[in-house]
Amino acid sequence: MEDISLYILDLVQNSIAAAATLIEVSVIEDVQNDKLILSIKDNGQGMDSQTVKKVTDPFYTTRTTRKVGLGLALVEAAAQACGGGVYIFSQPGKGTEVKVEFKYNHIDRPPVGKIDETVAALVACNPSIDFVYTHITPVGRLRFDSREVRQRIGDLRIDHPEVVEWIREYIREGIDEISGGGGV
Amino acid sequence: MKSLKELEEIRQRALESVNLRKERNGTRVVVGMGTCGIAAGARPVLLAFLEEVKKRNLQDVIVTQTGCIGVCRLEPMAEVYRPGEEKVTYVKLTPEKVRRIVAEHIVNGRPVTEFTIGAADKQ
Repeated sequence: MEDISLYILDLVQNSIAAAATLIEVSVIEDVQNDKLILSIKDNGQGMDSQTVKKVTDPFYTTRTTRKVGLGLALVEAAAQACGGGVYIFSQPGKGTEVKVEFKYNHIDRPPVGKIDETVAALVACNPSIDFVYTHITPVGRLRFDSREVRQRIGDLRIDHPEVVEWIREYIREGIDEISGGGGV
Repeated sequence: MKSLKELEEIRQRALESVNLRKERNGTRVVVGMGTCGIAAGARPVLLAFLEEVKKRNLQDVIVTQTGCIGVCRLEPMAEVYRPGEEKVTYVKLTPEKVRRIVAEHIVNGRPVTEFTIGAADKQ
């Protein structure tokens, strides 16, 4: 994957497959401690500890159509190559949190990428799931919560093209503002 | 800065133009969003479908996603389902190809044969 926003799009698919109804994603640019921390937390079906141990193995998957599952394996390789790692906390029936850490200033650390496109794609394709996205930088904080959007739009569908476009611009502008103008 | 207030305006505008009770039983576009699809460029393809649907105000078209469709080497892929017609699978998509598919297939009903999985297999 080229950037972190694509890893997010990919990892959230696991939450969707776990039948989550609320998926909370956060990116923390902790420049002071030289860390970029990505977290994806869902209220899906969760996993037992045995399964958690296996999920970053590319030859483990719950799919029955084929025998490989590359999502977590890929992000783990990327994180480890940048002096970080993947940490998974899960409880059956409660949900799962996947935490990915990168060294912020590592030369191979993927750029953050187009988060606005990832969130817009997720909301448009999964109108029945709620998404929360939080992004923290040394400059400030952006928070998006699809439940707040739903409150405002009433009986209009959240996957209505104009609403999706609004979400995309809201996130793009919000991240621009806390990135001090320069891309990340 | 965007404000939540704008959403209420969007709602007003949309409610005036859309019949919300209308069942959406028109065309369905399904984009493959497995790891393979995403790495190959499924996101810009999906967004291109969404943009075209918005630009052309195609109210009976749903764009949605699925996991790995199973032919990873031909990603990004998308399937187009039109009521009463056979499913058409498009492969190796780009936003440019998407714009043609929307214009020729989804709007005018003529599949873009050269972008289909059948055409790719012959190569």
